[in-house]
Amino acid sequence: MAENHLNESRVVVIGGSAGSLDTVMRIAGAINEFTQHTFILVVHRKNTTDSNFEDLITSKTRLLVKEVEDKEYITTGTIYIAPPDYHLLVEDQHMFSLDSSEKVHYSRPSIDVTFESAALAFGTALTGILLSGANADGAEGIRKIAKAGGYTIVEDPTTASAAYMPQQAINLVTVDAIVPGASMPGYLVKHLLNAGNR
Amino acid sequence: MSSTEQNIIGDEEMNLLVTEVFRLYGYDFTNYARASLKRRINRIIIIDRFPSFAELLYRVKHDPSYFKRLVEELTVNVTEMFRDPAVFKTIREEILPVLATNPFIRIWHAGCATGEEVYSMAILLEEANLLHKSLLYATDLNPTVIENIRRGIFPLSQMKQYSENYNLSGGKKDFSQYYTANYDRAKFDDRLKAKMITATHNLVSDRSFNEFNLIFCRNVLIYFDKQLQDKVFSLFDESLQKLGFLVLGSKENLRFSKVAKKFAQLHEKEKIWRKIT
Ligand SMILES: C[S@@+](CC[C@H](N)C(=O)[O-])C[C@H]1O[C@@H](n2cnc3c(N)ncnc32)[C@H](O)[C@@H]1O
Repeated sequence: MAENHLNESRVVVIGGSAGSLDTVMRIAGAINEFTQHTFILVVHRKNTTDSNFEDLITSKTRLLVKEVEDKEYITTGTIYIAPPDYHLLVEDQHMFSLDSSEKVHYSRPSIDVTFESAALAFGTALTGILLSGANADGAEGIRKIAKAGGYTIVEDPTTASAAYMPQQAINLVTVDAIVPGASMPGYLVKHLLNAGNR
Repeated sequence: MSSTEQNIIGDEEMNLLVTEVFRLYGYDFTNYARASLKRRINRIIIIDRFPSFAELLYRVKHDPSYFKRLVEELTVNVTEMFRDPAVFKTIREEILPVLATNPFIRIWHAGCATGEEVYSMAILLEEANLLHKSLLYATDLNPTVIENIRRGIFPLSQMKQYSENYNLSGGKKDFSQYYTANYDRAKFDDRLKAKMITATHNLVSDRSFNEFNLIFCRNVLIYFDKQLQDKVFSLFDESLQKLGFLVLGSKENLRFSKVAKKFAQLHEKEKIWRKIT
């Protein structure tokens, strides 16, 4: 039982651009009970020196919130944030690393980069969520998560503040669920509970 | 399928390339951080249009002239002047006054890439009236990037950003007085590079070569695994005078290394350490 709980959807990686902040904060407020899970946030931000983001998320959740440092160990009960101006990579199941290489889809951190390396490291234990956004970053990452056997959720483009990003993902791959932003926190919680009981 | 579709190479292929590169050219990438290195190799396969990994490996094995390109693309050279301006502000306000008491100031920029960081430091030293008694050693594994330091030429398009960074670092002058604009290029004043010494130096395999008052190594260690990071921290420890300073990248940390006990962090927020024993 406990083992299962660890294996199914124990890591959640969430990507979006500036317009998705509201949804991200509501998700953060809904996952307090998931102390055996790990959450990873990659959100495009306009201002690279804006460190308020960490504080904003912290104010919504009882889980630990941390902007990732290089070679940081991955633990449960924590919401990790990709730092501005670095790509966040998952080295293996236990460790992050950072990389300041070229932007991907005009973005650093890039959602694709984190999603791809997380898919390689966590495979079926990973759930990927792609929220509202105005560029193509994240679509390829969602495809990689699906290919590695992970669970994929994309915000419904018809209600998203910027439809392009989730729409790209839907065009590229058959995702497991398309969910309106307003219902995203509730949907995720239900998904994680179901996965844990499976 | 989509044009962005890529076949990610596996660990086995990566190990094969690393082994061959070491055997043939003596550069050891064994302890580089895997996830990032894997991306770099995939990227080379795509931008140099190799049909598959096998063709890349063949080229590396049979065309020594391609190796230079491989090193350039495997390593990440992204850099800027006064990157993380707050660090330079701290150096200006808290470190330079300490260094000023020495008869000579020796500084090492390890992994300096194209030299933006070295020029930033030279500007700081000049403004503190310390450049005349300083030497800045600029080293990198990649010989191509350090050639740029001797030229002192940077893209003019970057100057607006660099000038903002300079102001944020506490600079009070007009930044444009440090360079001459020529078409799309900014040529920095020769007096800044008069005190720079450039050389190739591989942090994996080369040894300590001097004792320094200040070492910069920013955004280089993120490409190494923990084991190699530890080795390089020991190298820096050997290369620093007592009470010397070590400046790391904004997301790098000395905390968990073997030499951590010998260093004290200057401020909690800033990635600057001082060697205390
Ligand atoms: C991202 S740049 C950092 C430039 C600058 N320090 C900064 O923070 O802006 C990383 C540099 O490290 C160099 N590098 C990588 N491996 C190295 C090694 N083993 N020894 C020395 N330099 C290395 C690369 O060639 C590259 O120029």
